[in-house]
Amino acid sequence: MNVWQFMLQNHTEVLELTVEHLWLVGVSTLLAVLIGIPLGILITRWPALNKPVLGGANIIQTIPSLALFGFLLPAPWIGARADRLAILALTLYALLPLIRNTYTGIKGVDRAVVEAARGMGMTDGQLLWQVELPLALGVIIAGVRVATVISVGLATIAAAIGAGGLGEYIFRGLAMVNNQLILAGAIPAAVLALLADVSLGWLEKRLAPR
Amino acid sequence: MDTPSDNRPAIEFHNVCYRFDNGQTLLHELDLEIRRGETLVLLGRSGSGKTTSLKLINHLLVPSEGDVRVDGRSTRDWDVIRLRRMIGYVIQEGGLFPHFTVARNIGLVPQIEDWPAARIQQRVQELLQLVGLDAQLASRYPRELSGGQRQRIGVARALAADPPILLMDEPFGALDPITRAELQREFLALQQRLRKTVVFVTHDLREALLLGTRIALMEAGRLVVVHTPDEFVNSSQPLVAAYVDAFGTDSNATGKRGHS
Repeated sequence: MNVWQFMLQNHTEVLELTVEHLWLVGVSTLLAVLIGIPLGILITRWPALNKPVLGGANIIQTIPSLALFGFLLPAPWIGARADRLAILALTLYALLPLIRNTYTGIKGVDRAVVEAARGMGMTDGQLLWQVELPLALGVIIAGVRVATVISVGLATIAAAIGAGGLGEYIFRGLAMVNNQLILAGAIPAAVLALLADVSLGWLEKRLAPR
Repeated sequence: MDTPSDNRPAIEFHNVCYRFDNGQTLLHELDLEIRRGETLVLLGRSGSGKTTSLKLINHLLVPSEGDVRVDGRSTRDWDVIRLRRMIGYVIQEGGLFPHFTVARNIGLVPQIEDWPAARIQQRVQELLQLVGLDAQLASRYPRELSGGQRQRIGVARALAADPPILLMDEPFGALDPITRAELQREFLALQQRLRKTVVFVTHDLREALLLGTRIALMEAGRLVVVHTPDEFVNSSQPLVAAYVDAFGTDSNATGKRGHS
C-alpha cells in the first residue's frame, strides 16, 4: 500500500490531524503576534530593554524543542494538557522572529521621515500608528511568515508529548519503521508550510509600502 | 501685526552650547536674534552647526547650555508638541511620508490638530495653488512626483496650519539648478506675501544672498558674523571674504532681490 492509498483510506483521520495541527500553529502564532509585536515596539522606545528582550528570545530559540516540551511539563495548568503545553512552547519559539522584525522594521524607517514627523509636532503615539507601523508593516509580516513556517514544522514534534497534529503519523511511522506512515504526516505538514509561506508572502507584498 | 509682542524677536539664542554625550562640541556659545518676518539664512559648510542650530529651535535637540527662546519663552518651558505645531519644518527632499497621498501629507498638521475633514480638504487645495501645483496631484503618492514637485509639497505641508515660523533645512539642495532657481523665485514671492519668520539653512552663498534678509555665517560651531547681503559681499572679515571668494560671486547677485 503506498502513501496516497493510505491517505485516501484514512482521509478523515488525516483531516482531523491536519486541523489539530493548524489549531496548534494558529493559536501559538496568534499569541506570539500579540506578545511579540508589542515587545518589539517597546524596545524601540526603551533601548535599555533591547539586549535583555532580544537576548532572552534568542536563548529560548536555542533550547532543543523536545527539551523545552519536557521543561514545561511540570508547569501548573499548562502542564495539565498536552495541547496547552505545545501551544506555549510554539509561542515561545515564534517570539524571536516577531520581536526582531518589529524592531528592525521600525528602526529601518527612513530617519528623515521620522524627523519630519517629530518636527511637525506628532506625538509619539501618532508617530507610531501613522508613520512607523505602516511603513514597517512589510517587515513585520515577514516576521509572522518566518514564525508561522517554523511553527508548522516544530508542531510535528508536539505529538511526542501527545498534543496531536500531523506528528502523530510521523512518530507512529518511526516506531513501526513504516515510511508510508511517516510520509503521510510529513507531506501534509510540508504542504501546510508551503501554503502559509506563499499566502503570507503575498500579504507581505500587498501591504509593503511601495 | 502691531501687537506689542512684535517688538520682541521671534527667536533668540542666548549663549547656547550643544555637545554630544561624548563631549564633542557642535555649537559654541551661540548668541543670535531672529526678527519677526525676516528670512535669516544660516550659511556655512557641512558640520558648521547650521542644522544643529535649526533643530534647537523646534526642540528636536536640547541645548547643553544656554537657552533658545521662541516668542520670548525658553523651548524647555514650551509644551513641545504645541511649539512644533506653530513652527513649519521643511527638510531636504521634503521628508514626505511615502505611504500618504499628497493631500494627506499636506493636511497632516491640520489632521493631528483635529480640523474638520472639509476644512482640511479646502486648505489642501488652497496650498496646492499657493505653491503652484495642479489640484489633481492631491491623490498622487510622493514617489509619483518629480523632485521639484516633492519639494513644493514639503513647503505646502509646512505652511498647512499657517505657522508664524518656518524652518527650512537645505530645502532646495537636491534639485537641479533650473528647478532650484524656480523654487527660489517662488519662495521670494511667497515670502513677500506671507511675511513668515523664516530660518533658512544652506551652504550655497548665492542662495543666501538671494533669499536672506540677513545672513549668519557659521564656521566650526561658531557664529562668525550676521550681515545683510550687501554688507556680506563687501565685508573684509577674513572668513566672510574667503567664503565669497570661494564662490566667485559678483556683488550683482544681490541685485536680483526686489525684482521678483
